[in-house]
Amino acid sequence: MNKTVNQKAWFLVLPVLLLVAFSAVIPLMTVVNYSVQDTFGNNQFFWAGLSWFDDMLHSDRMWNALGRQMLFSAIILAIEVPLGIFVALNMPKKGVWSSFCLVVMSLPLLIPWNVVGTIWQIFGRVDIGLLGYTLDALGIDYNYTQNTLDAWVTVIIMDVWHWTSLVALLAYAGLRSIPDAYYQAAKIDQASRWAVFRYIELPKMAGVLMIAILLRFMDSFMIYTEPFVLTGGGPGNATTFLSIDLVKMALGQFDLGPAAAFSLMYFLVIMAISWVFYTVMTTLDKRDGK
Amino acid sequence: MTDSAIPEVVTDTRTMTIETPRTAQRRFRPSGSTVVMAIYLLFLMLPIYWLLNMSLKTNSEILGTFSFFPRNLTFANYETILTDPSWYMGYVNSLIYVVMNTVISLAVALPAAYAFSRYSFMGDKHLFFWLLTNRMAPPAVFALPFFQLYSSIGLFDTHIAVALAHCLFNVPLAVWILEGFMRGVPKEIDETAYIDGYSFPAFFVKIFTPLIASGIGVAAFFCFMFSWVELLLSRTLTSVDAKPIAATMTRTVGAAGVDWGVLAAAGVLTIVPGALVIYFVRNYIAKGFALGRV
Repeated sequence: MNKTVNQKAWFLVLPVLLLVAFSAVIPLMTVVNYSVQDTFGNNQFFWAGLSWFDDMLHSDRMWNALGRQMLFSAIILAIEVPLGIFVALNMPKKGVWSSFCLVVMSLPLLIPWNVVGTIWQIFGRVDIGLLGYTLDALGIDYNYTQNTLDAWVTVIIMDVWHWTSLVALLAYAGLRSIPDAYYQAAKIDQASRWAVFRYIELPKMAGVLMIAILLRFMDSFMIYTEPFVLTGGGPGNATTFLSIDLVKMALGQFDLGPAAAFSLMYFLVIMAISWVFYTVMTTLDKRDGK
Repeated sequence: MTDSAIPEVVTDTRTMTIETPRTAQRRFRPSGSTVVMAIYLLFLMLPIYWLLNMSLKTNSEILGTFSFFPRNLTFANYETILTDPSWYMGYVNSLIYVVMNTVISLAVALPAAYAFSRYSFMGDKHLFFWLLTNRMAPPAVFALPFFQLYSSIGLFDTHIAVALAHCLFNVPLAVWILEGFMRGVPKEIDETAYIDGYSFPAFFVKIFTPLIASGIGVAAFFCFMFSWVELLLSRTLTSVDAKPIAATMTRTVGAAGVDWGVLAAAGVLTIVPGALVIYFVRNYIAKGFALGRV
């Protein structure tokens, strides 16, 4: 759409600007403030320069948490995106059955995150949970509170359960927007199922898939509540992701300086990666002439 | 023209193929898609069913026997929650701040989304990305500063504090969704309305808002959803008066161990509002998740 140049449009944006400035810029400034100061208590702060950043960049704790986080987000994206597309391709196109699928699939998305953690905490327990009990009955040694691998598998299955539907719904929305004529043309050309997917469906889904990947990346990178409730970051530090570590540091140990420096770097990493996704997304939008 | 011609040809071939024996046989077998969807939906429902199952059992039955159905059906767990103010006020508190947040987010996002979809102005692209970065901000980063900010202005443990804090990620999302929907409304409508003598506010309320009603519904749904599911900020910003249900649930861990039945019942009750909201927007869910960009 051709947009009119109109500087007065700023007035329409002003309320958002003020509100977000209040709820984002002021807190962020506080974080910046802490990140360059040190304290000996009594609310007396003094300038510490960039020493906290330096400390954090050389701390194994942060690099380990970052490594676990990267691995987690990579696994999540590798599972949820293909699975979501697969589910979307198999969803019924119309009718009651289709509405039913949509409602059931959205259900996990609206459950409070700590309840998601609780559900899986119960579900995985060997004594009272269906999953744990079944695995135990099958003779598989499964214990997500003691065994690192089991904890990881449980956290990942939980996230797949929680969020795959989001990818599926987005992909489904993309599929619904393909005009029937495209499929008919493919049929006339006797295109294989794979060719239809590769040359018709995938390009048409590209835009929404970018949104899905962007959202899934951001949210999996910020994940806190679900693994915190499920495993508490354990066993040991095995599932201590960045947010869990940060909250431990800031609210648990009250190490404000390092925590603030950590926060800023954390935020920068997310922003940098998201910016790449966003740029790709807007380029795709332009190419489609939207 | 050509569009309408092609379907006819295809419907013809389809009616022809139905009569061949191979497809007739296939009709009695469930198709691959149905099987895939059934397995996937089962995977989604099982953990929720298990929670529901547990909420209808007594604690001794939960710990003593293992069964797919409650043997002694009991609603005592629900009774505990619905008769104890310290429990059910958690739901009330959550609903209050979620509704407040939805109203605030939509009220400020509507004009902004209009501006982004219709006009170009200095710094618009940068502003839009900056707004989105707030959606990317990890709540963990903001927990402590929010606590200090709202304590210092005397809003700690009030509903409005949580509602404002959740605006951090809901306002950018609402702007993003609404902008997508507004882009779909042709600009000629605006111009015609102005020629007809509508002022901007009158046009916006009387003509434009009804046109994007589904977009507003979807945006409200998402604000509701993300405010409802968030725990870290709402827990950090409240202690007693505005404590959300999600935080109240930790009460079930007592000296005598975990009260599993009540915990499960509380969990089931947190799913209910979400399920109700989904029902109302079910036809727009798919488009909404695509943020109006399909």
